Amino acid sequence: MKIVVPVKQVAALDDEFELLDDGSGVDPDFLEFDLNEWDAFSLEVALQLREASDDGSEVVAVTVGDEESEEALLSCLAKGADRAVRVSDDDLATDDPLTVARVLAAAVERESADLVLCGVQSSDAVNGATGVALAGYLDLPHVAVVKALEHENGSVVVDRELEGGLVERLRIGLPALLTIQTGINQPRYANLRAIKQAREKPLDVVEAGELGLDQDALAAAAGSRRRGLSPPDRGEGAEMMSGGVDEMAARIAEIVRERMSG
Amino acid sequence: MSGVLVVAEARRGELRDVSLELISAALSVKDQAGGRVAVAVIDQQPDRFVDQLAVDGVDEVLLVPTPTEHFEAHVAGRALTELIAAESPSLVLLGFTIDSLGFAPAVAAKQGLGFASDAISLGWDGGPIVARGAYGDKLVSELEFPGKETTVVLLRAGGFEPAQAGGAAPATRTVELSLDGVAKTEHLGFQEAESADVDITKSEFLLSIGRGVEDKDNIPRFEELAEKLGATLSSSRPLVDAGWMPSARQVGQSGKTVKPRVYLALGISGAVQHLAGMRTAETIIAVNTDPEAPIFGVATYGAVADMFELADELEQQF
Ligand SMILES: Cc1cc2nc3c(=O)[nH]c(=O)nc-3n(C[C@H](O)[C@H](O)[C@H](O)COP(=O)(O)OP(=O)(O)OC[C@H]3O[C@@H](n4cnc5c(N)ncnc54)[C@H](O)[C@@H]3O)c2cc1C
Ligand SMILES: Nc1ncnc2c1ncn2[C@@H]1O[C@H](COP(=O)(O)O)[C@@H](O)[C@H]1O
Repeated sequence: MKIVVPVKQVAALDDEFELLDDGSGVDPDFLEFDLNEWDAFSLEVALQLREASDDGSEVVAVTVGDEESEEALLSCLAKGADRAVRVSDDDLATDDPLTVARVLAAAVERESADLVLCGVQSSDAVNGATGVALAGYLDLPHVAVVKALEHENGSVVVDRELEGGLVERLRIGLPALLTIQTGINQPRYANLRAIKQAREKPLDVVEAGELGLDQDALAAAAGSRRRGLSPPDRGEGAEMMSGGVDEMAARIAEIVRERMSG
Repeated sequence: MSGVLVVAEARRGELRDVSLELISAALSVKDQAGGRVAVAVIDQQPDRFVDQLAVDGVDEVLLVPTPTEHFEAHVAGRALTELIAAESPSLVLLGFTIDSLGFAPAVAAKQGLGFASDAISLGWDGGPIVARGAYGDKLVSELEFPGKETTVVLLRAGGFEPAQAGGAAPATRTVELSLDGVAKTEHLGFQEAESADVDITKSEFLLSIGRGVEDKDNIPRFEELAEKLGATLSSSRPLVDAGWMPSARQVGQSGKTVKPRVYLALGISGAVQHLAGMRTAETIIAVNTDPEAPIFGVATYGAVADMFELADELEQQF
């Protein structure tokens, strides 16, 4: 079985970030990068499926991103992915989920995967959409927000997590695309030796153009265009407490007593 | 291309609340969008919800019967694709819900539509514009959809007052689509959330802890604090995923929706799915070391402080 796992290197803001002067984005000096939380779970699902099968399964991690995002791929290789592919993104709007999905589609198509496992969402963009958009481009049957899964030759039985803790059990035939929810397993950590060896594993870098995607194709795929980026309007927002921690605690105690009485 | 198409959401024979919020949102841009709002119900027995959708300003309710008893992503996707082709709306509104995530992005991708998810506001400037979070909701990004004849927007719940039903019976039209054999998944059953010894939805005072707690070994300390304060301990999801807290104590979209008099949140960032479960608490007090944490956007009171130091001091107060 061949399992492709699209993963994202997510960006978190430093406590004291600054916006670029033209408002188009955040000054990259103030970003911290990491493998998307959800993608650690989807990779773990893939690794466990490979370990449970004896047919020489392969796990391929794929990302769309700049050179920095290779860190995410190296972390997947260290944990046990067999190889990795980065589609480089100099001019790509990676904040637009349909653009990313279009590029992923071209990369995944070459792999003829039995199973594509995305994360439910990325912690920075919170689109919750790239995986199912990818399924749309590839015409793959799909289930979103999977919190448990069992492989039974040729199909998988999955638990789809709904609002309020309700779960729906479904069967879906392969090939298919699933988006994986946190908590489905306990993702492994890579040991030091594996982290070193990860650099020896195959990591291909391809340009979107090499996958047959020119600027026009990408522009047509884009689902949106960003007009600007700004700090949130907190509206009425919270009344912020001042003073030392002791004073804050006293104030909280006072509010609690007042609200809980009467 | 004109008008707004709202896709109502139902589960197991009940209309979901988000549907009426979507109608409010649609009505707020109705005039600019061409003056027409239609509501589609994709369900095995779609006519059962018509009374609940009798909102003044809704021009038509489109009834789309499905062969499947429950939501099925591929059936819903085909239905939406055909509805868009037949009705040519400039804007399609769905909730940012688990069902929508299961099919709407695939339709938008395949049909080359405009698309935005988790939109927190909706406006119009020659076409739809939306605001949505960026960098984990610490910033807001404004999006436009140039060149798109139809744009699909998944709207976050809680931003619009639900529309009031009870108006004149809306015009209805049944749209028969060939949906047999479209399903790609087989429904095997539902499983309710496990019942538990504690019901956090009954508590008037919740002390809720998040990933700021850092370690399983730190949890007893907050259990003791809760007891001292007379509060019930609850948490965000990552603590449940890690097995540190029982799932019955999880607040949020996939956990419990709570509405206590006081919700005291320690070390919780305020992700959209957490807010879904506590936004309507009467008083929200948030404690977080990060002054930009999105939870301060919904809290009544905020304190930028270390939850451990604060816990020490708070204990002295009771
Ligand atoms: C389909 C779906 C359903 C979901 N359902 C739920 C749900 O029901 N409930 C839920 O909670 N989440 C849910 N989530 C997950 C959600 O997206 C977030 O990942 C989660 O809410 C984050 O939890 P958190 O705020 O505790 O952690 P984080 O986002 O990691 O935030 C931790 C916070 O603690 C602060 N902090 C760190 N140290 C300290 C300290 N010493 N003192 C004070 N503050 C500190 C940090 O500044 C940060 O703001 C769901 C996600 C999906 C995709
Ligand atoms: N740039 C990217 N490269 C590879 N996969 C991605 C990328 N962005 C998103 N994904 C995948 O899509 C999932 C959902 O992300 P999102 O739709 O942005 O919330 C992630 O968990 C990844 O599996």
